[in-house]
This record gives sequence, structure tokens and C-alpha cells, in this order.
Amino acid sequence: MNNNSQATTQQANLDPVAEGVEHEKKVHRIRPKPRPKKKKKKKILQNWELYLFVLPAVLYFAIFHYIPLYGAQIAFKDFIPSEGIWGSPWVGFENFTRFFESYYFWDLIKNTLGISLYSLAVGFPLPIILALALNEVKDNLFKRSVQTITYAPHFISVVVMSGMIIAFLSPATGIINHIIVLFGFDPISFMSDPDWFKTVYVFSDVWQNTGWGTIIYLAALAGVDPQQHEAAIVDGASRWQRIWYINIPALIPTMIILLILNTGNLLAVGFEKILLLQNPLNMESSDVIATFVYRSGILDAQYSFASAVGLFNAVINAILLIAVNQIAKKRSETSLW
Amino acid sequence: MSAIKDTKQDRIFKTFNYAFLTVALLIVLYPVIYIVSASISDPNLVSQGKMWLFPKGITFEGYKRVFGNEQIWIGYRNTILYTVLGTAINLAVTLPAAYALARKDFAGRNVIMAMFVFTMFFSGGLIPTYLLVKGLGLVNTIWAMVLPNAAAIWNIIICRVFFQVSIPKELEEAAIMDGCSTTKMFFKIIIPLSTPIIAVMALFYGVGHWNNYFNALIYLSDQNLYPLQLVLRQILVLQEMSSGTAGATAMANKAELAAIIKYAVMIVSTLPIIIVYPFLQRFFVKGVMIGSLKG
Repeated sequence: MNNNSQATTQQANLDPVAEGVEHEKKVHRIRPKPRPKKKKKKKILQNWELYLFVLPAVLYFAIFHYIPLYGAQIAFKDFIPSEGIWGSPWVGFENFTRFFESYYFWDLIKNTLGISLYSLAVGFPLPIILALALNEVKDNLFKRSVQTITYAPHFISVVVMSGMIIAFLSPATGIINHIIVLFGFDPISFMSDPDWFKTVYVFSDVWQNTGWGTIIYLAALAGVDPQQHEAAIVDGASRWQRIWYINIPALIPTMIILLILNTGNLLAVGFEKILLLQNPLNMESSDVIATFVYRSGILDAQYSFASAVGLFNAVINAILLIAVNQIAKKRSETSLW
Repeated sequence: MSAIKDTKQDRIFKTFNYAFLTVALLIVLYPVIYIVSASISDPNLVSQGKMWLFPKGITFEGYKRVFGNEQIWIGYRNTILYTVLGTAINLAVTLPAAYALARKDFAGRNVIMAMFVFTMFFSGGLIPTYLLVKGLGLVNTIWAMVLPNAAAIWNIIICRVFFQVSIPKELEEAAIMDGCSTTKMFFKIIIPLSTPIIAVMALFYGVGHWNNYFNALIYLSDQNLYPLQLVLRQILVLQEMSSGTAGATAMANKAELAAIIKYAVMIVSTLPIIIVYPFLQRFFVKGVMIGSLKG
């Protein structure tokens, strides 16, 4: 058995004894002069298969992530398709200043920040509250049903979700407005009233993702030592006190990590849904940087200008991420890096 | 522990807690039940608000229309193709890479890992990516739907952590002692031991492909390549909008048609996920929890 497998597959071999016998002829071709000191090189050659293993991923990231990173320089150029990225003339910060000086600049900033902060304020605490509440349930069947059902909407596609929102909120035929009318109020045309857009966006997100967001917190709560709770019970702590003094502190590291990640995406709001819910009537409160990039870049083919807007967005995000991470590191010793 | 009786305060808390969770449950459940009921109800009763919970004036007209619509079938076929092909590519890229990066004796793993993670925080953005895909000649081919998302860094991290934590190192050492090559070890030992994480990955990626509409929106203009989500967008989002602004009878007819098939099409497009979800929910959760470990 031993010999068989060696005979058929004699490539990478970590066994120093076997290496001398089986491995030599294979390795020699790649390594002309084997020197005893070059340990690292030997390690690389022994594991050549591992390099083949990562090769597809390396190629993928190089092509689809690093080339666009290089291509982002068109933000500083006047991109002419026939000249290519390299051949197009430099224009410095012209595209950026055009964006900063445009009349929609502050509207876009206001909407982008408004929607993200609103989402953060409403969407961040809810999974924590739901997880704490679920954690107190000892009845397994009830707990499992709540979990199964609240996770599920996470898997509804953004298109179906938008379809649901539009159907439910329709002023004449939507169920929400039927309920509003039932209570004697006037129907609200949610989708064409700019004042409602952010609320619709945020609360539909809450409906879809709160359950799913509890998973990480429930895992953290499962890691709390039950002895802490037992000791607290003996000391006469109420349930509420145990949640406040044991469970919530246990969640803080997880909360901080998620908060950092969320802040880093502050300007990258879930724009697929916004794009689907956007219409000319709610545009003044629904247009965010990302949808603007899509419109001016993909639809109007203003590649350089749209890249500049996108780059501005990405840079602000990176700065926010680094800043929040630094603050978290100083204050609580929990950080991403 | 149970020797200590619940205090009155605790009992109040418990009642309140159950009430809170029940309300949360109903809020999530109601729209879903409503859609199911609406999909088999008389659309007039639905739009007049006479259908609240259970179907009224049962009709399968919506489903008939959906299944009679050629675009839906084309979309379905394309989505299945993109999902199967895309997920296969995802797994073929993710699993070997994650395994290699999990191996402690793999020189350069930290550099490669850093190169991957960097893309999580910095990207060229939508337009340069679009120009690249266009430049590669992928626009209006199925490859535009699968190659730009060939791997996700987060999933590579999850797999890597799994390989590090769940595969006993002694097993690998023993295999190497017996003269097993890395490739053979990967296929004969690692893969069979990793079915849970492979299931998780297949599901994460699969759902992603199934629900993906944005790649199609920017890279595809040929209707015959449209995935289901883009067909849905036309039915659910665009027609509804146009019916609100234009008054022509053609539009009204279209809107009526849209009203009939609206709910049915939501069900039909989500059905595959609804069917697999209860069986695989545990795997999904496991995947998220592995991902939440320090990685």
C-alpha cells in the first residue's frame, strides 16, 4: 500500500527519507543545483502543487480586482476609448472639481450619508435586541421556529424584495394603504413621496435582514460561560440584570467589529435596491453616489467623470474605516487589525 | 439551578419576551403568507383590499400566465445555467486556494492572503471594472455572469478557517508520510472530510448567482441571455412604474396583466430557494458562525 502510493504519486514529498529516493529526479529538473542551505527554496519546490492550487484565485484577483484598481487612474484622465487607459491624456483633478462644484453634489452626499446613518441607527441595534431576546428562550421548538422564519427573508432576491415593496406600498392597491385607510387615514403614496423614501428603504431592510443579523450575536452569546449566570443567580440577580451585566458586555467585541465594518461601508449603501426603487418622483431623496455613478458612467458613458465620483466615494470609505478602527483600538482594544 | 424559583420580575420579563418574539415572528411571516395567498386569489379582490390573509376567489390564472410566458422560461433556463456554472467555478477557485492558504508549510501564504484581503477594502470601482469586462470581450456572453464573481474573499477566509480548525493535522502528516501527493490528499482526504463547508459554500455562491441581477443589468443587452431576475425586474418594477404615469389603454392592460402575475412570479422565482432552505438552514448558519471566528 505504502509503496504503491509512492510509486504513483511521487511529486511533493515532505518525508525527508523518502525524498532522497523518490523525489530526486523530479526536483532536479526544476532545481539545477541543489544547495543544502536554501531551505526556503526547497520548501517552495516541495509544495509546488500548492501554488497551482492558489493560481486560479491569484489570477482572478489580479485580473478582476487589481486591473480595475490600475484602471481607476482614468478618474484623472480624459478617457478616450480608442486611446485606451494608458494613452488618454491626463487632466489632473478636473473630473473631481467638476463633481464638487456641481449643484447635485451636496444632495448626493446628504442622501448617501442620510440613508446609511439611518440604516445604522435602526438596523444595528435590532439584531442585538432580537438575539438577546432569543437567547432567553428555553423552549427549543419556539426558539428554532423564530430563528428559521426570521432568517428566511435574507434569501429573497433584491428584485423580488423591491417588487414586494412596490406592490405593498401602492397607494391604490397596496395592503399597507388598505390598512391605513381602514384606520381612517388618507392613503400615502410612499414611492412617489421623497419624504418617505429613506424610511421605506431602511425598514424594508430591517424586515429582510434583522433575523439573519442575529446569527453572529447568538454565537457570541453561546460562548458565555454558564457559571457566570449561575453565580449571578445565586447572588440574586434578576434576568434583566444578568442580560445587562453579563450578556451585553459579552457582545461588545462583536458589536465593535460589526460597527467598524458598517462604518467602512457608510458611503456604499445597498445601491441595488435603491436603483430598483428609484423613480423620477422620489429622486431628490433617493439618488445616492453609487446610483449616480451607475447613471453617469454606464448609461451616459461618461467613464472618467463617473470613475472620479466612484473613487471619491471609495477614498472616503477607506478613511472612515481606518479612522473608526483607530478609535476602537484606543478605546476598547478591539479592532480589525 | 432550577431549585431557585423564578421571581415575579422574571416571570414578567419572560411574558414580555415571548410577546416580543411572537410579534417579530408575525411581522416577518405576514407579508410572506400574504404573497402566497395573493398569488392564488382573484387579483381584483387583492387590489381592493378584500383579501387579508387567506386566499379569496381562488384562481390559478397568475401561475398560468407565468408559465405561459416565454421570457420567464428563458430566464429560468439562463439562471439555472449561470447558477450551476458559476457555482462550479466558484468552488473550483475557492476550495483549492483556501486549502493552500491553510497549509502552514506553504511559503508566501501571508503575502497572497494580504493581496486577497486588500481587495476587500479597496477596489477600482464600478466603471473600471465595467471597462475591463468590456475590454475582455465578455459583454453579452455568459462569461460576464460568472467570471467577474469567480471568488469571494470572505468565502475563502471561511474555508481557510474551516480547513485549519477541522482537519486534524496528524491526518495530513500521516498521509504525507505514506507518500501521498498534495493533489491526491486534497481530493481523497480533504474534500471528503469537508462536505459541510462545501455545502455551505455551494449554497452561499448558489444563492448569490440565483439572485444576481446587477451583472446582467450592466453586461447583458441580449434578451435571450437575461437571467430570471432581470425578467422579474421588467415585470415587477418597470411596468408598475410606467402604469403610474401613462394613461394609455395599452398601459392599463399591461398593468392589469402585471397585477395578475405579480405575486405568482415572486413565488415562482423564489421557489427553488424556499424548497432547499429548510433542509439547509443549519448549514447556512454554520457557515456564518465559522466566518465569525477570528480568521
